[in-house]
Amino acid sequence: MNRDAKSNSFFITVNGQQVLAKEGMSVAAAILSARQISRKSISGEPRAPLCGMGICMECCATVNGEQHKRTCQLLCADGMEIEAQ
Amino acid sequence: MSERFDVIVVGAGPGGMAAAVLAAEAGKNVCLLDENPAPGGQIWRGYERESEALSPHRMEFLRWRRRLSATGCAVWNEARVLAAPQRNMLRVERQSQCIDLSYGKLILATGARERFLPFPGWTLPGVVGAGGLQSFLKSGLDVRGQRVVLAGSGPLLLAVAASLTRAGAHVLLIAEQASRHTLVHLGLHLAKLLPGKLMEGATCRWQTRKTPYRQDAWVVRAEGRERLERVTVRVSGKEEQMECDWLACAYHLVPNLELPLLLGCAVENGAVVVDEQQRSSVEDVLCIGELTGVGGLDKALVEGQIAGNHAAGRTTQAYELVPELRKHRQFVHLLEEAFALRAELRSLAMPETIVCRCEDVTREKLEACDSWRAAKLHTRCGMGSCQGRICGAATEFLYGWDAHSARPPVMPARVSSLAGEEERGS
Repeated sequence: MNRDAKSNSFFITVNGQQVLAKEGMSVAAAILSARQISRKSISGEPRAPLCGMGICMECCATVNGEQHKRTCQLLCADGMEIEAQ
Repeated sequence: MSERFDVIVVGAGPGGMAAAVLAAEAGKNVCLLDENPAPGGQIWRGYERESEALSPHRMEFLRWRRRLSATGCAVWNEARVLAAPQRNMLRVERQSQCIDLSYGKLILATGARERFLPFPGWTLPGVVGAGGLQSFLKSGLDVRGQRVVLAGSGPLLLAVAASLTRAGAHVLLIAEQASRHTLVHLGLHLAKLLPGKLMEGATCRWQTRKTPYRQDAWVVRAEGRERLERVTVRVSGKEEQMECDWLACAYHLVPNLELPLLLGCAVENGAVVVDEQQRSSVEDVLCIGELTGVGGLDKALVEGQIAGNHAAGRTTQAYELVPELRKHRQFVHLLEEAFALRAELRSLAMPETIVCRCEDVTREKLEACDSWRAAKLHTRCGMGSCQGRICGAATEFLYGWDAHSARPPVMPARVSSLAGEEERGS
C-alpha cells in the first residue's frame, strides 16, 4: 500500500518518523539516513549503529514489536516499525 | 532437529564461498552458512542485488556466486552458530529454529571486525567504523554531499575513502596514525611481493586525490549535542577542528576468534595457528581468511580454495596454491608492521570517556582493575550484549589485557534456542 512501484521504494517508521526506504536497504542504514537513534545506553546516551557488521550490538532496536533485533543484518520491509530501545 | 554434511563452512565471505565451491565441486555434501541476508561477506556486501553496478569486484563475486549455485551446496543465510555441543557438531539458529549439524570437516571463515579505540565523543551518533560506513553505504545509506572525516589506521581507510568519493560524499580528510616512513617502507616491499596490491592502493589514492591523506594524524575528540557536529584532529603535532556529518574511524582489523576459541583452536598473536593446508590445532577444523591473519580478499580466496580442496581430499590441488599462499602470509606481517598502533593513542580516552559501550564503563573505573577478568567482575566491562567484542580489543591495547574468551552462546540467542539446548542436554 505504501509501495511506489517504479522506484522499488516504500515507507517505514523510525521512532515515529516516516522514512523512505529502498528495497535491499538494511534497517540500520535507514536509521542512520534518518539521523535517528537505535537505542539509549544504560546511562541514557543516544546511540546509533556503529560497526555495520553484526558485532557491536549498538544497532539493536525494537522492530515490529520484537526487541533486540540486529538492524544491520535486517532488510527493510514495507510498513516496518522501528523503535529505539 | 539435526542434519549431517560432509563439509560445513561458517562465513560466506569470499574465503568461505571459495571453500564451499571447491569442496562441493569435488562432490562433497556442503553447507555454507552466514548471519547476513545474502552471501558476499563485508567486502562483497550488497553485490547480490541486481541494481548494483557491474564493477570488476562485483564481476568476481558473480563468478563465484555462479559456481556456488551450480553446485548442490546448501546456502543458509541468516543462520548463526550458537554452540558446539559435541565433537564434529554445531548448534545453529536459523529461522527461529535450533538445528544440530554434524560434519566431517568444518571450515571457519568468520572474518574480522574493526578495532575501535575509545576517545572523547566516540559514542556520539554519527561516529561510525570506517568499514562500518562502507557497510552502511553498501546497505543503502545515501552519502551524497555529506562531509566525512576518515580516521584510524590501515589500508581500509583508502579503500573506504574511494567508495565514499565515488558515492558522492565529500571526504574532508583521511587521517592515518601510522607514520609516512612506515608507509613508504610498506610500498617498497609490496612493489616486490604483491605489486597488484600497490596498484590497488594507488588507484584508490588517485580516486581520492582531492582529499588530503595525512600520516602521523589521528582524531583527538568528537563533539556535538545529541549527534556529531565536529571533530578535532591532530595532524603532525597540530590540532585542527573540522565540522562534519560523519566520522568514520577504526584502527585496522582484528579476527573474529570467538568460534575458533570455542572449538579449542590454538591462537597466537591474535590469529588462529594453521598449517599450509589451513588445518588448525583441532582435528577436522580448518580456518581461513582473516582468522589466520588479516590479509584481505586475495588471501581469503587462496586459503578458501586450499581448504575446500583439502576438505574434499584433493590434496594435490591444495598444495599447488601454497607458493601463492606464502606471499599472502608475508603480506599479513607487512601490514601488521606498517599499521602498528602508536603509543600516543593510549592517552586519548579521558577518565570520564566510556570504554565499554554496552555497559557504559568509563576509563576511570577500569584504571582500578588489573586484568580483563577483574574488570568484568568489578565493572561489568565486556559483560554486555557484544560480549567484549568491541572493548576487548580496546583494553588489550590500553592495558595489555588478554580479552580472548568464548563460551556458548557465541552470539546473543533466542531463549527458545537456549531452552532447546537444555532439553537435549538432560
